[in-house]
Amino acid sequence: MTDVLNPTHVHEEDHGHEEHHGPTGILKWMTTTDHKVIGMSYTITAVMMLVIGGLFAEIIRAQLAAPNAGLVSLAQYNQLFTMHGSVMIYLFAGPFAFGALANFLVPIQIGAPDMAFPRLNALSYWLYLTGCITMLSGFFTSGGAANFGWVGYAPLSNSMNSPGAGADLWIGALLLTGFSAIFTGVNLTATIFYLRAPGMTMFRMPIFTWNMLVTGILILLAFPVLTAGLIMLYCDRHFGTHIFSVAGGGVPVLWQHIFWFWGHPEVYILALPFFGMVSEIIPVFSKKPTFGYKGMIFATLTIAALSLGVWAHHMFTTGVVLLPFFSAMSLLIAVPTGIKMFNWIGSMWRGQVWFSTAMLMSIGFVITFLIGGLTGIYLASPPLDFFTHDTYFVVAHFHSVVMALVLGGMAGLYYWGPKMTGFLLNEKIGKSQFWFLFIGTQLFTFPQYLLGLRGMPRRMAVYPHDAQWQFLNQLSSLGAALIGISTILFVVNVVVSWKKYPAGDNPWDGHTLEWFTTSPPPHHNFYRLPKIRSERPTWDYNHPEHKALAHGHNNDGVNA
Amino acid sequence: MESTTLPPQDAPIRKRRTRRLRLIAALPIAALALAGCTLPKFGAVEGDTTSSQSVFHLWQWFSVAAVIIGGFTFALIVWAAFRYRRKSDDVIPRQVQYHLPAEVLYTIIPILVIIGLFAATLVVENKVVANPKTDVTVDVLAFQWGWKFTYPGSYALVYGQTTASPEMVIPAGENVHINLRSSDVIHGFYVHDFNFSRFAQPGIKNEFTFNALKTGTFFGQCTQLCGLYHSLMFFKVKVVTPEAYQVWLKSFNTPAGIAAYNAAKNAASQQTSSHVDTKPTSSSGAN
Amino acid sequence: MKTESKILLSLGLFFGIMCAVYWRWSVENAGGVMMFAGMLLCFLPGSYYYWWSRRMKERPEDNPNATQEEGAGFVGTFPGSSIWPFVLGMGAFFSVLALVFGIWFLLPGLFLGGWAVLGGSGEGRRGGKH
Repeated sequence: MTDVLNPTHVHEEDHGHEEHHGPTGILKWMTTTDHKVIGMSYTITAVMMLVIGGLFAEIIRAQLAAPNAGLVSLAQYNQLFTMHGSVMIYLFAGPFAFGALANFLVPIQIGAPDMAFPRLNALSYWLYLTGCITMLSGFFTSGGAANFGWVGYAPLSNSMNSPGAGADLWIGALLLTGFSAIFTGVNLTATIFYLRAPGMTMFRMPIFTWNMLVTGILILLAFPVLTAGLIMLYCDRHFGTHIFSVAGGGVPVLWQHIFWFWGHPEVYILALPFFGMVSEIIPVFSKKPTFGYKGMIFATLTIAALSLGVWAHHMFTTGVVLLPFFSAMSLLIAVPTGIKMFNWIGSMWRGQVWFSTAMLMSIGFVITFLIGGLTGIYLASPPLDFFTHDTYFVVAHFHSVVMALVLGGMAGLYYWGPKMTGFLLNEKIGKSQFWFLFIGTQLFTFPQYLLGLRGMPRRMAVYPHDAQWQFLNQLSSLGAALIGISTILFVVNVVVSWKKYPAGDNPWDGHTLEWFTTSPPPHHNFYRLPKIRSERPTWDYNHPEHKALAHGHNNDGVNA
Repeated sequence: MESTTLPPQDAPIRKRRTRRLRLIAALPIAALALAGCTLPKFGAVEGDTTSSQSVFHLWQWFSVAAVIIGGFTFALIVWAAFRYRRKSDDVIPRQVQYHLPAEVLYTIIPILVIIGLFAATLVVENKVVANPKTDVTVDVLAFQWGWKFTYPGSYALVYGQTTASPEMVIPAGENVHINLRSSDVIHGFYVHDFNFSRFAQPGIKNEFTFNALKTGTFFGQCTQLCGLYHSLMFFKVKVVTPEAYQVWLKSFNTPAGIAAYNAAKNAASQQTSSHVDTKPTSSSGAN
Repeated sequence: MKTESKILLSLGLFFGIMCAVYWRWSVENAGGVMMFAGMLLCFLPGSYYYWWSRRMKERPEDNPNATQEEGAGFVGTFPGSSIWPFVLGMGAFFSVLALVFGIWFLLPGLFLGGWAVLGGSGEGRRGGKH
């Protein structure tokens, strides 16, 4: 124990006590600046948004189970898929990744007492929560919620085609959550640059933290563009400007450029945190270091670099973009993604793979993401994009990707949940949840790929009887039902397991600093810190004789 | 696969590795050999225009690559997970973190595959976006929620919306040039059997050309969300013989046809005078 | 600090190259402008970190052989709790509602926002409370 010392002396403003005396109850929640409490608030809110967005999806799938099911009207259907996309992208996936888990984990993983700007962090959460309320309140206005798709293409989103408060609430919600994301990006980047523990050099940070750093940088690059675009859209709607309308000499396609210049980096802002989670979980449950740690970081940075130059692959069919440039850039993204894929496999290779729920979810993530990634390569090729664009092929592609992220997020909750709450989740329920989620996801997406290839466009509330799309749609709806059951199982699991299985400090023999402290961690996170000599300080502390090595170096003297 | 104990020398490893490399190299060759026969369709349709068939072949090649790479990677994932599943609680495996040759290999090979796919993409793309000289031109105007087809140089005019979907008549075996526009929001011109879609946008004139191979009626519809009745915005493409096409064009040369044409033209000029296409960005896609 | 600056500068450099290529071949300007802005956004902190890294002495977190003692001492001032983020958030909420439901929502919005700015900066100076 000689190399463990009391690490960080935090200057408490009241020269205070270790135990924290402050307001209690709801006032405590409202006034907290502790990144762990904020992270928990984010987690709960984001999971609620997942459930709400999932409910919308179930209604959509029920409607599509028959050519003209009549469950919802055309207008309601447009609102439903718009809000499904908006809730999932803006209110669940991003905030869950960079608000919930990153907020909780990044300071702990680098040995910091809190985020760099705790009050800004709290502000991020309040903006996010009010953004959620603003977005969903669209349903309670007379005209209904926004109904122009989550991409809000001009000129459909202008005041003539989409009058009503729902659209404005959508814009307002995106402004709020946009600023929330920007502040979180600032916070993450500053925390990682300035609050690392001694010895925690950049190339010793856990992959999750690395991915969050890159996510933070991407947020700062991308989100201001969206915010600017939304302000322009609002001005078009209410102040009589003609930025996106042909009538006044504007350019509608500009909205698509602006939106996707945010939108494609956003895809990586969503994905990178989940890549990071899986990159942490797979090595831990294989009892091996992250294979190709430096290659993994290089791949993450390459994805970030390329992500700013691929936006117009969403716009191939507009006919006014530079096809070869965006095609080449988009195809190139496959290379770093492939590196990650093989690094995950390499991390399992010759390890001791423990099929816990978190590991199963992670393997499910890798397989589902493989499918989503490969179908993404098709869409990077303009001729192939021409015939699949805006069909269910695209829908299936990105649902493979985002359902992979859901699997990764669930892996994260099963893996880090015990650290956040102090209690493990039930593994039996967890595993059945995994099978429902995994099989449901494949059953949900595969018919959609075929539907796309058979010419079914997306965003259709009704479809022709003679198009032969019904059976595949029903299969897909069945898959959606299985996913719904898996979500119920998760909620059941949380309720059943609550405070039942104490986790201890390090239930998984983890690698990184969060497993060195208590579960849940104390105020300001650490009583002591180990010596940091690699990206696995906790592992090094627990297994000093098992250091990571490169192939060909046989200097560990240990053979399994 | 290899046993977990280390081999004594380097030589056997190298041998095994070359064998593995040979195996990897053999896969695309096997695929090429397969192509000599017939590739599966991978869910897509061959299509009924010349460019749709190029796209279809590109689809097949992408699918071959995807199936090989995906199958190989999937097998690796499943193998790694099950072959190395935990057997005992306290065994700690060798902590190998870096394997430079493997890492270089799985960086280089995807780059090569990507270069191949990109080259194939460029070839097909140039075919698809080419705008050769044509005799038949159709002006397509998309609106909420229907289509209007006019044929410059004739009085032919077809339009309809939602429940009464219009039919675009074109000749088979001739290059048909489409000028695609929208009068309000963005629509998507999509004919499934042509393996092609393009946005109809206000302020932008999109031009493309296709050559239908055989006669028949094909189903088309709007793919880009355009408001309330987006789900019902259909049209049909009727491909007829060139002779039948000429007959069809002439059939509009009646007083009633000319009157309908002029009325529609006047209405259109009044409607579009407020938002004229000031600078129609003509696009061939390759610009 | 050197690694941090290198990451940002190389990202910025890549965006610069991409922007130049895009600008040369593309027919529209928005993308080029946005990529150029992205490059600047990377160069700004990147070059600052580079400038600073040459002047400061190595931080313990950049030293691979640092011990935890080297990091002991004053880390930073962290507020125990604060109501002002909530107040500011509500101010922003009402201001956004003003975009939708009418200008009069701006009144509580600006009031709460202003109050939070005053209160929050006062808290920062006084040293916060629990």
